[in-house]
Amino acid sequence: MAIGLHQSDFKNPVVRWIDSRLPVFTMMQKEYGTFPTPRNFNYFWNFGALAMVNLLIMIATGVFLSMHYTAHTAYAFDSVERIMRDVNYGWLLRYVHMNGASMFFIVVYIHIWRGLWYGSYKAPREILWILGVVIFLLMMATAFMGYVLPWGQMSFWGATVITNLFSAIPVFGESIVVWLWGGFSVDNPTLNRFFSLHYLLPFVIVGVVFLHVAALHITGSNNPLGIDPKGPQDTLPFHPYYTIKDSVGLIVYFAFFAFLVFFIPNYLGHPDNYIPANPLVTPAHIVPEWYFLPFYAVLRAVPDKLGGVVLMFGSIAILFILPWLDTSPVRSMRFRPVAKWFLVLWGINFCVLTWVGAKPAEGVYVTIARFATAYYFAYFLVILPLLGRLERPLALPESIAKPVLRGGGPLLAGAAAKPMEKA
Amino acid sequence: MMSRFRNLVGALVLGAAAALSPAPAKAAGAAIAFPDYRFTFDGLFGTFDRGQLQRGFQVYKEVCAACHAMRQLSYRNLLEIGLTEAQVRNIAAQFEVTDGPNDQGEMFQRPARLSDRFRSPFANEQAARAANNGAYPPDLSVMVKARKDGADYVRALLIGYQDPPAGFALMDGMNYNAYFPGHQIAMPNVLNPGQVEFADGTEATVETMARDVTAFLAWAAEPELEQRRAMGVRIILFLIVLGGLTYAVKRKIWADVKH
Repeated sequence: MAIGLHQSDFKNPVVRWIDSRLPVFTMMQKEYGTFPTPRNFNYFWNFGALAMVNLLIMIATGVFLSMHYTAHTAYAFDSVERIMRDVNYGWLLRYVHMNGASMFFIVVYIHIWRGLWYGSYKAPREILWILGVVIFLLMMATAFMGYVLPWGQMSFWGATVITNLFSAIPVFGESIVVWLWGGFSVDNPTLNRFFSLHYLLPFVIVGVVFLHVAALHITGSNNPLGIDPKGPQDTLPFHPYYTIKDSVGLIVYFAFFAFLVFFIPNYLGHPDNYIPANPLVTPAHIVPEWYFLPFYAVLRAVPDKLGGVVLMFGSIAILFILPWLDTSPVRSMRFRPVAKWFLVLWGINFCVLTWVGAKPAEGVYVTIARFATAYYFAYFLVILPLLGRLERPLALPESIAKPVLRGGGPLLAGAAAKPMEKA
Repeated sequence: MMSRFRNLVGALVLGAAAALSPAPAKAAGAAIAFPDYRFTFDGLFGTFDRGQLQRGFQVYKEVCAACHAMRQLSYRNLLEIGLTEAQVRNIAAQFEVTDGPNDQGEMFQRPARLSDRFRSPFANEQAARAANNGAYPPDLSVMVKARKDGADYVRALLIGYQDPPAGFALMDGMNYNAYFPGHQIAMPNVLNPGQVEFADGTEATVETMARDVTAFLAWAAEPELEQRRAMGVRIILFLIVLGGLTYAVKRKIWADVKH
């Protein structure tokens, strides 16, 4: 680009003055205004925007909560209760933040499912997908450390169990755990660093989300047919078509969120976390938050500690190489008559892992967890690579516009450009 | 460290087994069914009964407070259960709290004010244990949120004192309770008919005292409950209207696009 002022198309003199020096208005217009977006999105394509909104809600409520929270083992529990009782609308801030974590995982699990079903991880969107997995990992770390902050029984014992996982690392394991704790048990130094990192990581997530969106705007969005847009007849400008469609999803999301916050705020939590942390009393039943249960089930399915830890991390790490494990060139499961049933089974299997993760690790539950773990990995390592060769996919449509318009051509361009003219 | 982890996982598994296994394992934390009582604050739209909360506070003050602290509450919070400011000031003034240091550098005792936290019966956990045969009476501020089905559980516990069934090996100094996990509880039965005298003429049966003090504890754990639910109703109604409008706009914008 030549050096000099940007040639801005904006008429407003102030906007134009800024835009010619720092073309943020042009950028927003290009990326969120006219951005060509496949015309055939279904409501699954709401969930990226919802995740973005959720992240902002978490940061906004979190910043205000941290103004009233005290990161000290002797005061943390009471400071949270003080937020609940004495801070103006403190109960609202805290319940939104607490249930917001659950909402974030619900939204992101659906977002990931969307990616799996429509093959959004395949070329050319591999880096986009990998950045998404990085965000997911950062979210898990952030959520885990956030759960420790109220310093209830589950906070303390959850932190103890999870940090102890690192002791499975050969040779250095125990030194690493002491280093993580900042002492010889989960204690005040641990709480302090978890608070610091819990405040830091969301901003790292913001950074990776920026890259995720930047990568998306290079490749463009995938769509339910999984075929590339062939021209303007296949796309619509992002605004107003998808801004309004995302708004519809956003309101449904808010309603669901509000129901949790205002009517059953503690439903997804654990009562033990309203008992102040006590290192001398182990709760009868240590369970992580619901969104970690599938991975907790994988951990406990393996009789060997190191093996369990490796498989648990492996169950997420495997997502990084998914773009190369799935050898089929067809993205959308709509055109994969065999693979789609294996993926449906994988989805059910994921729910089974969640369920069994909350059960005691004994008897039939261990057997179920082992079969479910085996299928979780088999889907990625055996079924997908084989199906790429063995499966005969259905015929792909010629273009996105074709099946919708039943043979129609580029007639639609006029309608797309002036959406509200007839209104 | 390895062994520590193994112990931990072992304890976890055993505990989990005890907590969730269907029939046996009555020893440690077996799930015991307790009666489901219809409190006024049950359900999605329930509210507190102010008279009940005041009676419940009376039971707490005259019975429970001998051993159990509620350190998250201040006397001023009692204004929210319908007591007048004069009444609350009088209640607070019945308690001596430590303040200071004064300008001589000494701590001193004075009657409590509205802004003071509920006075705890013991100076610290050790003092509480020493006075209670080694057992620690837990703080009740958030007790109802800290137990599964909190209100039903607390009420059941308070009416659950019975003679142990034949052959039950009750440890020394423990009491049999039908609803406590393991059935052996250090807390003795404290509610007896006519234990307190309610100003509103309600008969102080064990049932009513247990019910009312449970309601008070439920309020203490979630004092925001009524405001929260009222706000929730308004917000969800608003979102339904806004959602309908947004959907209509979406239909309008997409009207010309075949999809």
